[in-house]
Parts: sequence; C-alpha cells; structure tokens
Amino acid sequence: MKDTTRLSRFEAARVIAQRDFRAILFSRAFLFFLLGPLFPIIIGVLAGGIGGQVQRDANTRLVAVAMSEADTQALIAARARLAPQIGRALPELAVADAGTAPEVILREPGKNYVAVVGGTLAAPELTAPQPAIDYWSGPVAMLAAEAGTRQVAAYPAVAPRPVATSIAAQRGDRIRTAQAGQLLLFLLMMLLAGMVLSNLVEEKANKVIEVLAAAVPMDAVFLGKLVAMLGVSLVGIAVWAAVGSAIAMLAGNALPQLPAPALGWPLFLALGLVYFAMGYLLLGSLFLTIGGLATTVREVQTLSMPVTMAQLLVFFLAASSITRPGSLMELFAAAFPLSSPFAMLARAAQSDALWPHALALGWQALCVLLFVRFGAQIFRRRVMKSGKGGRAVKGHVGSVRAR
Amino acid sequence: MTRPSGGDNRKLAIEAHGLVKRFDDTLAVDGVDIAVPEGAIYGILGPNGAGKTTTLRMLLGIIDPDAGVRRVFGNDRPHEVAKLIGYLPEERGLYPAMKCDEAIAFLGALRGLPLEEGKARGRVLLEQHGLGHAVDRQIRQLSKGMAQTVQLLGTLVHRPKLVVFDEPFSGLDAINQGKLEVMIRELAHSGTTVIFSTHVIHHAERLCDEVAIIAGGKVPYAGSVDAARDRIPAQVRLETRSASGPWRSALPGDARHDAKGEASHFWYFPVPETGIEELLKPLIAGQAGILSLSIERAGLHDAFVEIAGEAAARALEEDNARGAKP
Repeated sequence: MKDTTRLSRFEAARVIAQRDFRAILFSRAFLFFLLGPLFPIIIGVLAGGIGGQVQRDANTRLVAVAMSEADTQALIAARARLAPQIGRALPELAVADAGTAPEVILREPGKNYVAVVGGTLAAPELTAPQPAIDYWSGPVAMLAAEAGTRQVAAYPAVAPRPVATSIAAQRGDRIRTAQAGQLLLFLLMMLLAGMVLSNLVEEKANKVIEVLAAAVPMDAVFLGKLVAMLGVSLVGIAVWAAVGSAIAMLAGNALPQLPAPALGWPLFLALGLVYFAMGYLLLGSLFLTIGGLATTVREVQTLSMPVTMAQLLVFFLAASSITRPGSLMELFAAAFPLSSPFAMLARAAQSDALWPHALALGWQALCVLLFVRFGAQIFRRRVMKSGKGGRAVKGHVGSVRAR
Repeated sequence: MTRPSGGDNRKLAIEAHGLVKRFDDTLAVDGVDIAVPEGAIYGILGPNGAGKTTTLRMLLGIIDPDAGVRRVFGNDRPHEVAKLIGYLPEERGLYPAMKCDEAIAFLGALRGLPLEEGKARGRVLLEQHGLGHAVDRQIRQLSKGMAQTVQLLGTLVHRPKLVVFDEPFSGLDAINQGKLEVMIRELAHSGTTVIFSTHVIHHAERLCDEVAIIAGGKVPYAGSVDAARDRIPAQVRLETRSASGPWRSALPGDARHDAKGEASHFWYFPVPETGIEELLKPLIAGQAGILSLSIERAGLHDAFVEIAGEAAARALEEDNARGAKP
C-alpha cells in the first residue's frame, strides 16, 4: 500500500466489498439465495399444471346431437371421416335424446355440453349461448354437409418435404430464447437487489454506517456493497450452472432444448452475464438509494414498492418489444437505462450484429457511474441527519459534495 | 511532550471558521469557529442538541457544512487525511458476526492498515486491555462494555495522529470511565491530538487543555479551560464567629451572607481590588472571629453558566441527571 494519507476510492471500495462478500457468502442468507430460483420454478410448475387442468375443464368441446337415429349416425360417421384432415377444428359429439328439448339437455347436470345440434341434416339447428353458436356454426354446418352427401371424398396425399427451419420458425424460436433470457435476468436482478437493500438496512441497524462514512467516501461504500453482492451472485450463478449442467447431463434429451440465439450460445451467455451485471448495478444502486432514504424496515418496504412496480413495468416494456425489433418502442427500451439490459439481451438472441451491444454496454456503464454517484450523494445527505442516527431531525439536508 | 502553549503560532490539527449546518428549518450549527492545536486534549462541551455531533461530523467530512470552512491537518477535505484520523461515534456499531480481532482489523483497514497487520495489532491490544480471552469471540457474544472497548481499540489500531470521540464516556461505568480518561491522557502524552464531545463538565475540566462551549448551535467560547475559569473573578469565602460589628463595613455591601447556627457565619464576595491583606486588618481589629478564609477560583461549571447562560447550564444538568440518555 502506498504511503498516502488516505485510501483511494477503489481501495476503500475493495475493503468494503471484501468484508461484505465474506459476510454474505458465509451467512444463511446465501443459502436461501441459492435456493431462491427453486421457488419460482416450483410455483411455475404448480401454477402451470393447475392452470392447464382448469383450462381443459373450462374449454370443453362436447356438442350433444339430438337428431333422429339415422341422422345422428351419419353425423358421427362424417366426423370420423373429417377428423384426420381437420380434427382439431371439429367438436366432440355425444348422443342425446332427440325427444328432450335442447334447452333441457344443455342444463343436464354433469354433462357439460357447449351446444346441442337438433333438426335434420338438411336443416340443422344449433342451440347454445351466442358465443358458442358463433364458434360452432361453421364446423356443425360442415359436418352436416359431409353427412348429407353420404359419399367419401377423395383427399390427395400430401408429399412431405421437410427443411431444417424457416424464417418464421427461426424467429419464433429465437423469441422463445429471448423471453427465457429476459425472465431469468429479471428474476435474478430482483432477488439480488432485495438482498443488497436488506444488507444496507442491517448495516444501519448495526450503526456501522457512521464509522464507514467517517473513514471512506460514501460512493466507495456504495460501490463496495454493490460489487460484493455482484460477486456473491456470480458465485451463486456458478453453483446454479454447475447444478443445471449436472441435471442436463443426467436427464439427457429429456429436457426441452432452447433454440440457439443469433449470436451463438457462448457469446449470448457472455453478454447475458455482462447485461446481468449492468442491470443489477443499476437496480442495486437505486435500491441502495432507497435504503439511504429510509430509517426503518417499514419505510424501506414502503419506498421500495414503487420501484419494484416500476421495474416490473420496465420488464414488460422490454418483453413486449421483443417481437418488434427496430420499432420506436424497442429502441426506447434499449436506450432507457433500466430496461436496456433486458432489451439488448433480447437483441442478442435475435440479431447477430455486435456493434449495438458495444454501444449499449458503454451507455449502461456510464449510467451505472451516474446512478452510483447520484445514489451516494442522496445517501450521504440523508443517512447522517442528526446526533442520534437521524432520528431527531427529519427531512432534507442542504447541498452536499460527493467525495 | 509539548503541551499547547496558547500562542498564535501553534500548529493546528483542526481549524474551522463559520461552520453552518441547517436541517430543514432547524439551524443545527450556526457559525462555529474552532481551533484545535496539535497534541492537545480538546473538549466540545454542551448539552444534548447543542450541535456537538453535527460539528464533529462536519469536521470529519461525514457531512459537509452549508457554509464555512474546516481544515484537518491543513486539508479542507477531511477524507484526504483519513489515515491520520480515528473516530469513535456516539452510537457505537460493529458487525455482530465478526470476531473481535477481525472487527479491529476491519476498522484499521478502513484507515489503510493492511488486514493481517491489523489483526496482529488487534490481538496485542485486546491482550493489553484484558480481553485476550475474547480474541476469537464474535461481537454478538460480548457484553456491551466489552464491545465498546473493542470498537475503541479499532479506532486506535492504525495509530492515528488525531482521535475524535463523540460522547466517549456515555454508557460507561465509573471504572471504565476512569480507564478511558487514562487512555486519553496517554494518547495526548504520545503526541496524539484528542478531541471529544461531552455534556459532563467535570470530564472536560479534568482532561481538557482547551474547550469549545457550544449551546444552540453557537460557540460563545473557545479557548483554554483556565481562561474560561478566569472570566469569573475569584470569590472570597469567609467564615466568622460574629455576625456583626464595626468590621462589617470592611466587607463589600453586596456580600452574600449565610448562617450556620449562632456562631458560624459565611460571607461570599469577590476578591477586593485592594487585596486580601487590606481586608484582614479591619476584620482582626474589629474582632470578627475569623474561623476560616479561602479564595475560591471559579470552576468550569461557573464559567459555563457565565458564558452559555442559565438555560444551557440547566439543560446540561438535566442531561447529566438523565445519564445522558436522550
């Protein structure tokens, strides 16, 4: 260490980061952090399963046929003939009593019919609520027509000529990769930003903050804390990657494969890591600023809620612009600091141009510096407000230089 | 050791001119001037809420003044000389999960001391202060007093040239207060400048070479303790057997009288300009029956009342009565 009368900003940030990194890595909080991604996965699987079941139960395609015996059999035979061609567009058919009024059939408990077909093949009648009539009139008319001809139409065989992909398929695939990347980035960042905030609140509760503020410039404290949490998160990501790789190797081809991004996997993953770091540093510095504004845990929760909501909006902005590369909205999402990492990661999945990433990373790095500097100033103004840790005097403090 | 002389060519560890700090509509510090000579023990004396902590925070660069300048070892950016400073805030705080030697080393590292060296020095300091057995204990496992000692050692581990204590005696029992007084004297003896804030007059009176009396954000007096005391004329305390007689005319007309029974009368008045000898002659000749006579120099408390006013003195006494728990 040089013989100077102070630590440089980076040395000071390193001292803070070193302490925080070790303290978090060997804490129970880190264990919960490692387990963190399990919760959204479990909830996602459960919600998906339950949602699918509900969807299946709600979207029944069963239509009751209340016609004469002959017409009913002809209609069922016609459905069987058309099913190989357009099966998914046709209703399921069930035989109902032709002597019972259609309205009564629709109300039969436990049957779950969406509509009742009556009348004759020449003049079928469809009884159902209006939306179901709108939806099923066409398919029912087609079935009645097919049943009425009593002939088997000759469908020509379609010769398959498969290709690896098409522009449409590739685009769809890469959008899926972009969406997955954005979602992962968002979840990770929210998890970490919350952790850095609670770390700071704990520090205020421990009353260590004044010792730090007296010894080193506040932006060094700020930077040290952010870097420590970034380091912790990289350890976490390494652990998750190792576990994920092990599961992938064990599962073989049983896992769904994500389509390769436009820049290829190695560059995409590297960019993903850098965008994650940038996004986290931006969001983390915002959360640290909130920590500086708040004096109690309750205040922290109150103040962080709008930022969390705003971050959700930012995520939705970036997510909704995926399908419109080059549009004004996508360009805005790429330029706005908080949505830029998401938008640019989506670009990496869909476009192989590299220069926009160089530009975006430079812009994001500049924003990180500004955010950290601004956050440190606010923090410094608010964190030491009076003799007893800021309780006696509330409010804004006069102009303060950042050091 | 060279004690500060009070001359004009003293090297200053800290100097501040016209410091102002406002929090919203509260003027916390209003034009404070302070000059702390190198090697001095300097006290900032005042009741809670007077602006002591805010002043110290401005001097250390934790917060910046709205107006005025401050220089620490000639530098107007205190963080630029952070390695030369040790600071113990009023609200003590350490990381509960840290071991004692790690906590001391971390505080040293913040001031530029390499971690390993800090740990080694920390172990020695803990041993010297009777906490050798606690080296590997976590802070959360220590008593409050022990944790305070650990933080104090962390404040000193990098061997600063200037040590700033904010209410260092608050929360300490009498024995530990005594130990801290010894430590402060030793620091000053080794050439370290010590500045501390306090609301307890006798700490300032016993320890300080110079004081700044602060009340309502202003510093009405900054200078040597002796000079503060000398602002009030010395008082004569005379005890006589007789209550009256021709000798009474020798006493000033406004002398305060207090009787203790029939044969013990006390008289209080400023030392006459003509001197004590001239006063004694008529008393003896008039058979006043002198039982005792003393010249009492004003204490710092009297000086505080004189300088800061009755209200500030009352606030100070109330703080003391509350044990300084605002």
